[in-house]
Amino acid sequence: MTALLTDRGGRGSRPRGRPELYTSYSSDIALLNTPAKRAGVLAIVAAAFALPFAVSDQVLVLLGTGLAMSVGAIGLNIVTGYAGQVSLGHAFFVGLGAYTAAVLSGDPDGRLVGFGLPMVVWLPAAGLVAGAAGLLVAPLATRLRGLYLAIVTLGLVFLGEHVFREWDSVTGGPGVGRDAVQASLFGNSLTAGGAVLSGAQKVYLFALVVLIAAAVPARNLARSGVGRAFAAVRDRDIAAEVIGVSLTKAKLLAFTISSFYAGICGALLYTITRTVEPNSFNLLLSVRFIAMVLIGGAATISGSIMGAMFVTLLPRFTQQVPRFVPFIGQGVTGGGLLTNVELEAMLYGLLIIAFLIFEPRGLFGVWLRVRNYWKGWPFSY
Amino acid sequence: MTRFGQSLIQGLGNGSIYALLALGFVIIYKSTLVISFAQPALMVAGATMVVFLTGSFGLPFFAAVPVAMLLTALLGLIVERSALRPMVGKPVFVVAIITIGVDITIRVVVNRFLGNTIRNFTSPWGLDTLRVGDVFVQQRFLAMMLTTAVVVAALFAFFKYSRTGLAMRATAFDQETALAQGISVGMVFALSWAIAGALAALAGTFVGTGGSIDQQTWIIALKALPAIIIGGLDSVGGAVIGGLVVGVIEALVGTYQPTAAPWLGNNFAVVSPYVVLLIVLLLRPYGLFGTPEVERV
Repeated sequence: MTALLTDRGGRGSRPRGRPELYTSYSSDIALLNTPAKRAGVLAIVAAAFALPFAVSDQVLVLLGTGLAMSVGAIGLNIVTGYAGQVSLGHAFFVGLGAYTAAVLSGDPDGRLVGFGLPMVVWLPAAGLVAGAAGLLVAPLATRLRGLYLAIVTLGLVFLGEHVFREWDSVTGGPGVGRDAVQASLFGNSLTAGGAVLSGAQKVYLFALVVLIAAAVPARNLARSGVGRAFAAVRDRDIAAEVIGVSLTKAKLLAFTISSFYAGICGALLYTITRTVEPNSFNLLLSVRFIAMVLIGGAATISGSIMGAMFVTLLPRFTQQVPRFVPFIGQGVTGGGLLTNVELEAMLYGLLIIAFLIFEPRGLFGVWLRVRNYWKGWPFSY
Repeated sequence: MTRFGQSLIQGLGNGSIYALLALGFVIIYKSTLVISFAQPALMVAGATMVVFLTGSFGLPFFAAVPVAMLLTALLGLIVERSALRPMVGKPVFVVAIITIGVDITIRVVVNRFLGNTIRNFTSPWGLDTLRVGDVFVQQRFLAMMLTTAVVVAALFAFFKYSRTGLAMRATAFDQETALAQGISVGMVFALSWAIAGALAALAGTFVGTGGSIDQQTWIIALKALPAIIIGGLDSVGGAVIGGLVVGVIEALVGTYQPTAAPWLGNNFAVVSPYVVLLIVLLLRPYGLFGTPEVERV
């Protein structure tokens, strides 16, 4: 018996060949609780770091955008997936983060307000300003439930859009916009090409590092007491209160953390895209984030990343469709039954519907099915 | 005073558009407990049908509107049967998100018909005005108010006196009990979507009268959301009042804000309903006429 229970590097002992038999609580709730997960995550992270040297800059920018969106999707998943508070206002917080970063990093002598501060200031500040706004909005969430909250947060997007449009000295006004975040680390620009790495490679790696720094704490939060409190509030708020979860505290925390992530996402997103236009933080962006969470898988961190990548890469695929399908036209004014732009919009809608009806757990659920099929092979259960 | 009267009439006119849309939202909410975010798409679909029926098919306006209402009601039926019925019993949030998906999908198709141009709307009123005292009143606003009043009265009568209306009220009260009494709850769901579709088409027509519709018109329908929240999600009367309140506030802010509070920026009127929404909800979380949810454990 003792021969079976060989200790594996202090992670709690477990018999060899039985990856799902846990002999201690800490090994059960560990971040990477099976050897397969450990190896898999390591491989994915290594591949992600190697990618910039394998693909073209154009694709890298797209992938970097996907990584930035992932941070935002994780944020929305914390409040909507884990804590169950529907928020259609995510775009507003993303916008706040983008403008905070743009203003703090901007050229002090430029056309618009700017302070020329380094990244160590603007990146956390973008998160903190958005988080503070989230904290201000959260009291609404403690008073309202379900769909009432969804509509209020929708109102927030419209109000935010109005402020962004009208506050010319900061945002540059609609149609003009302002230069986005000026990112540099130790005097090296993160966006301009250098001797070793091109601009796209640098910005991709920057986004990757930030995403990892954001995803790991989020995953940790989800498996901690706070995460379980969120899940309790989501599943049945009254029962949660009865077992001693403070609803107010949980909701405040969920909104603040979610908005913090949204702010970081905004700063990151507009480090990659070179200008910020006030009209881009609209309801459509919020719906895209909702689509990411639902397509990826609610209440999963890896699902958020999958969903964000999927939704960001979708246009790239629909661009290719006209070449193969005759009745799909190219561009906004293209002929045919549908153009690829319309196809993309339609796919959003149809994919949201299809995933919710057929696979409510999203891409993460698809992955679970695939995994369980091979785990059970040759049996079907 | 003239300015006040004019903007009041304009507000009541636009408010009746919001009231029609809000009625659709509330009717769907009462029977299925879901907020349908597909309402904007149904509205532009109805308006687009009117454009094509009067244009390409050469129907007179007063024939085109009922036809468009019927067709949009049919569209509502199809949406309910294909996307919503499979989701009965699922969390309301999930169903609400599905309606967002439906909204996007329908709007893509409608935009395909509309194209990138602005479609002019032919209506018997156009921008003709009527002079009452020293106030110039646009006839279209009067038409909107009158039609909405008639429709609302008809709907209230329908809910109060007809067997089907009674069935709908029973379903809104308790679905299972209604089912046990022999009411086809599925039929009630379908009917509420059809009514909401027809109301949305009528609202879309009024949005177009005296102006035009284009790919951005759907945003107007979202202003019905503050209206239903202000009125209370489950109050039919509240929806009408909420719609009118939103319309009047928007018009008054549009008239007086540029001079009284210019620091709020241009076009503040467009977002003013959302400010009112926030204030009302902070004071009364279930709107002015909504019933507070009572949870039993």
